Amino acid sequence: MAAGAPDGVPAVIVLKPSFSASSFQTVTELTLSPDSDAVARFRHNYAAARRRKRRMDFVYLVVFTVCLGIAVIVGEFDPVRIWNGLPRLHEFIVKILPVLRWESLGADLAEWFLPFRLWLKLLVETILIAFLATVFGVFGAFLLSFPASRNLMPNRFILFTSRRLLEIARTVPELVYALIFVFCFGIGPMAGVLAIAVHTMGALGKLYSEVNENIDMKAPEGLRAAGANWTQMIRFAVVPQVLPNHVSYTLLRFEINVRSSSIIGFVGAGGLGQEIRTAISFQYYTDISALFLIILVTVASIDLICERIRHRFIGREGL
Amino acid sequence: MQNTMKITAEDIATAKARLPRAFSETPRQRLIKMIGWSIFIGLIAYTLIAFNFSPERIWTGLGKLGFVLSFMLPPYVWPSWELFMEPVTAIGETLAMAFLGTLLAGLVALPLGFLGAKNILKVEWMRFGVRRGFDTLRAFEQLVLALIFIRAFGLGPLAGIFAITVSDIGSLSKLFAEAIENVENKQIEGVKATGAGPLQTLRLAVLPQVLPVMLSNLLYYLESNTRSATILGVVGAGGVGFLLYDRISANNWDEVMSIVILILITVYAIDSLSGWLRGKIIGKNEYRP
Repeated sequence: MAAGAPDGVPAVIVLKPSFSASSFQTVTELTLSPDSDAVARFRHNYAAARRRKRRMDFVYLVVFTVCLGIAVIVGEFDPVRIWNGLPRLHEFIVKILPVLRWESLGADLAEWFLPFRLWLKLLVETILIAFLATVFGVFGAFLLSFPASRNLMPNRFILFTSRRLLEIARTVPELVYALIFVFCFGIGPMAGVLAIAVHTMGALGKLYSEVNENIDMKAPEGLRAAGANWTQMIRFAVVPQVLPNHVSYTLLRFEINVRSSSIIGFVGAGGLGQEIRTAISFQYYTDISALFLIILVTVASIDLICERIRHRFIGREGL
Repeated sequence: MQNTMKITAEDIATAKARLPRAFSETPRQRLIKMIGWSIFIGLIAYTLIAFNFSPERIWTGLGKLGFVLSFMLPPYVWPSWELFMEPVTAIGETLAMAFLGTLLAGLVALPLGFLGAKNILKVEWMRFGVRRGFDTLRAFEQLVLALIFIRAFGLGPLAGIFAITVSDIGSLSKLFAEAIENVENKQIEGVKATGAGPLQTLRLAVLPQVLPVMLSNLLYYLESNTRSATILGVVGAGGVGFLLYDRISANNWDEVMSIVILILITVYAIDSLSGWLRGKIIGKNEYRP
């Protein structure tokens, strides 16, 4: 039964078992007449299916339109306001671009990157925040990932608790942790480290436990049978299997953490973020573009280095 | 059936002499490992000192954290509906920002995705330029963009919407381009064989293949944007973040806790809703970006 045009249900269905044999040509034509029972039933069902689909499409469209309408009103999506804002946006972009003349390029560049010493110090701080936060986060995530794996933790209660713990750690945004930790530990990079570390623990713990759940269970079972306890089983049968993937996820997370640590300074938790916020609020226009450039180059080079190392680690496993 | 092989100390010694690398690493390898570890530990120690992780500071900080947690614990219950509407509207604003931001980003990314696909734009250097453009867009942080758009459009959710849109265009375009590159050629050839023109081929052979993947990606981004839209308000770009920031500054920790719980409920609700929708569109767990 070929597909028809919207209403073009095939009126006649012909089944032709034709024997093109030699002498006696028996061409049996089985013809279903348009008003036969089967055709009528097919037409009826086909029309019903189409109607159902069209009705559902209509319902989805209405739901989508209502959502869009509400979102436009609640989100104050006002075309007039957007139109009025566009020239200001243009002006802003023009202002943040530095003035670089060919004849005085060196002096212009020096003026553009005037507080370079301070920025370099803050850049190092940003990277170190990401580094230490990754170390702390990995520590927590690694320890919690084994009790949070379904195949390794027979105790329901511990499994449930560690999974929920990781879930809470990753669902609350980093910036909220940073705000709380700035209140507790004072302004400075320490609050940033702790905030990013907690979030890293949650995010990596989930990824690690997913890796743990996909391992080959023969080795752990063998060790169990040989009389190893739970810690020994994890150490000698699970860790060797999962380590390359854990390292790969960790490096990926480090890249993400460098980005986070560059903005965590918005709430006073150390790093370059503080400078960016000051530059934008006090309208030091060319500083903004200089800082963007610094972060862009840093993030790109760290991504590149991490990718190299990651490929070496995964390559060993042939993943 | 006692058929065990006895391994004597002699056997081990001969094996060690024959295959030294199987029993221990070479001195060179050990040296490299040791240097690596000492750099790593030295860096941690340096950072701990530079960031002033002194025990008394940690101790007082933990004390304050305990204080904060103890104040959080019976979460605040808003005494009346009018007061409860404040966080609810703020969360509504957050959802509206995430929804509109993702939608706009998707609309812009659709044509850009075609431009970045190998099988559509066949000119190598142009595609390279387009792809690097995506990467550059992806490098901008949402919060920084929010600050910029606040300067243009003023405080409020509009700045947040555009921050989400601009930061997602790059990633979505890249994902869309990859989806388009992975299109099966058989269906395109089949449709072409029936005499379809280029536009009809696009509509009847390409779109049915890529649309589910694109919608699924959009739903993933809706989830992630719901999370990020909750904090955009911290810099004044609308949504529940501003309320949260305000209550933290005022040390109303019980209300902070309640708002965080509301955010968590919203995030879970959006996650399960989008998971359900994704299941309807492409079948369960068939595709994950």
